Amino acid sequence: MSENIVNVCELSRQFGKTLALDHVNLDLQPGLVYGLVGANGAGKTTLIKHFLGLLKAEQGSVRVFGMDPVKRPVDVLQRIGYLSEDRELPEWMRVDELMRYTSAYHPTWDSSYARELLDTFQLDETKKVKQLSKGMRAQVGLIAAVAHRPDLLLLDEPSTGLDAVVRRDILNAIIRMVADDGRTVIFSSHLLDEVEQMSDYVFMIDQGSLVLQGSLDEVKEWHPSLSVRFTPDRDRLPSIDGLLAAERRGDSWKIVCNGAKEQVLESLHSIGGEVTHSRNASLQEIFVARVGRNQLSVSEEC
Amino acid sequence: MHIEISLQDGVPIYRQIVNQVKYHIASGRLDAGAELPPIRTLAEQLLVTPNTVVKAYGELEAEGLVFKRRGAGTYVADIQLPLARKEQKRILTQRADALLAEASQLNFTFEEIIDLLHKRQAAFKAVSRESNNV
Repeated sequence: MSENIVNVCELSRQFGKTLALDHVNLDLQPGLVYGLVGANGAGKTTLIKHFLGLLKAEQGSVRVFGMDPVKRPVDVLQRIGYLSEDRELPEWMRVDELMRYTSAYHPTWDSSYARELLDTFQLDETKKVKQLSKGMRAQVGLIAAVAHRPDLLLLDEPSTGLDAVVRRDILNAIIRMVADDGRTVIFSSHLLDEVEQMSDYVFMIDQGSLVLQGSLDEVKEWHPSLSVRFTPDRDRLPSIDGLLAAERRGDSWKIVCNGAKEQVLESLHSIGGEVTHSRNASLQEIFVARVGRNQLSVSEEC
Repeated sequence: MHIEISLQDGVPIYRQIVNQVKYHIASGRLDAGAELPPIRTLAEQLLVTPNTVVKAYGELEAEGLVFKRRGAGTYVADIQLPLARKEQKRILTQRADALLAEASQLNFTFEEIIDLLHKRQAAFKAVSRESNNV
């Protein structure tokens, strides 16, 4: 395995009295897709801005391709592709001008790849950016982010406000980068189904802390979701190891736990619980269970 | 090759792909020597990370159901019938369990299920006779 793509060590960041990042540690390995989930204001964008060198590490350290992105912005940014929710593009440029302009910054620009994407998206290159629809702007932003075939693609809420067709374009670009070139992708999203399907590895961030990280299959395996019934019925649940969330459903309880399924089943059995249904929790359920009910509005947006 | 991913039942996505490819092989929809879709193609079709498809194909290969050709794609192996039969039985068992569970939810007795199966079998035969005559 070659170098780590990103190393973050004990990174903390404060904005006024708010702790935006709290002792964050993470590594990104090449060839994987990383999903970053968290409520609005949890710290996702702040973290991504550190990768880009837009924010300097106040405490702790950030290394991208082994370099400090604040000290060596050109070396780092040449190898990164970035697309954000805002899709800030120069309004007055025509699409073809923007392509030429962007390519000038990137010695590795692959103009045949850019051409292929322009054709696939059927973009009118003579149009100015300000004349483009939201979806078209995302497509243009996407081409500008991937056509230099970056080693690391950063997507900050790329799907927000886009229709299914353009979302698919973005996901396909991720798939292509990983399948064809073995590149690394990290994308933040509040669409948890999308993250569950598209990520190899997931980071869950809440109030600046990484509350959960792991391969998606492992994370799901360690979060059983169960329906359990007690005879005689109980108004309140007894204490259960690893219990994260519980909800009354008729005469039974629906619970999400953290732990090995066998152990959870055993401990439920020992307190007289009859498990009527069990499966792995979805990322959505894990998110709600971990980050709390106050975040439900986030999931309802999608 | 038709594959559908569900996030509802908690089964890992790579496992869903493995199971459905097995199903296609066991049911004869995928013959020995047939090529599986390239990794990128299937990932784009299902909108999943390519590594999930890699993992699924790796698992199928480890079980001897598919093999990789040098520098080319992934192909269905010429598997022995007993394994396929076993797989067929496993698939049918899952269906039977689902039927029993649903029937019990709807308060059907076991005798009623058997009765229903007989009736459906008769209807099924009638339909296939008709279509053969056409």
